[in-house]
Amino acid sequence: MNKKRPVNLDIGTIQLPVTSYVSILHRVSGVVLFAAIAIFLWVLDASLSSEESFNAVKECMSGTFCQLIIWASLAALAYHMVAGIRHLIMDFGIGETLEGGRLGAKVVFIIAAVLIILAGVWVWA
Amino acid sequence: MGMITNVTSFGRSGLYDWLLQRTTAVVMAIYVVFVTFYLLTNPNLDYSQWLALNSHICMKVLNVLTVLSIAIHAWIGLWAVLTDYVTVRLLGPKATPLRIFFQLGMITITLVYLIWALDIVWGI
Repeated sequence: MNKKRPVNLDIGTIQLPVTSYVSILHRVSGVVLFAAIAIFLWVLDASLSSEESFNAVKECMSGTFCQLIIWASLAALAYHMVAGIRHLIMDFGIGETLEGGRLGAKVVFIIAAVLIILAGVWVWA
Repeated sequence: MGMITNVTSFGRSGLYDWLLQRTTAVVMAIYVVFVTFYLLTNPNLDYSQWLALNSHICMKVLNVLTVLSIAIHAWIGLWAVLTDYVTVRLLGPKATPLRIFFQLGMITITLVYLIWALDIVWGI
């Protein structure tokens, strides 16, 4: 496959539709979550190791730095899950038309935005 | 016509990867929804309560299934990303060794996560 062959799609010159943004953000949030697994495992490990480390995690969660990291991780998780559920729904043949795809993409952004705001309320309230 | 399999993909075929990506997603979604609901309904959670939940055999099974799902899902997802963007067409001839390097790095981190996570959730 190393031969020079014509490539019709030059993504850099195309104005992306809303569905493309849902797709690329699904990938970006997935890569972010791969890094966030380390944070999640660290928190899980500390929260289960001893009463002292459990309380240390709780203490850390009341600091702004920890809260920002947790919120960013939850935001990536919320978006990735909502966009993933859209994939599962489309696998059942729902919303596969051009208009359905566009509508689904907008619904993903709206639901994800609401969940990300709620995650912020949860972290800071 | 024989099918060409890719040495670094998880399921060795697109169809296996497709199904695994979805089943692992459902397992992780169950975990996320359950743990979120539990934490929201127990705002003053203490250590003994949290330990008791995670020591329960049902929770241990869910924890292990989730950990395995994360590893499989991450492997398949990052494989797709790397084989789409770290390509000869986009980056030139050095893309292939670079992609293999990233793929082996990704697989190594995934296995480290898996062993660490199993140690946490099963050792309780």
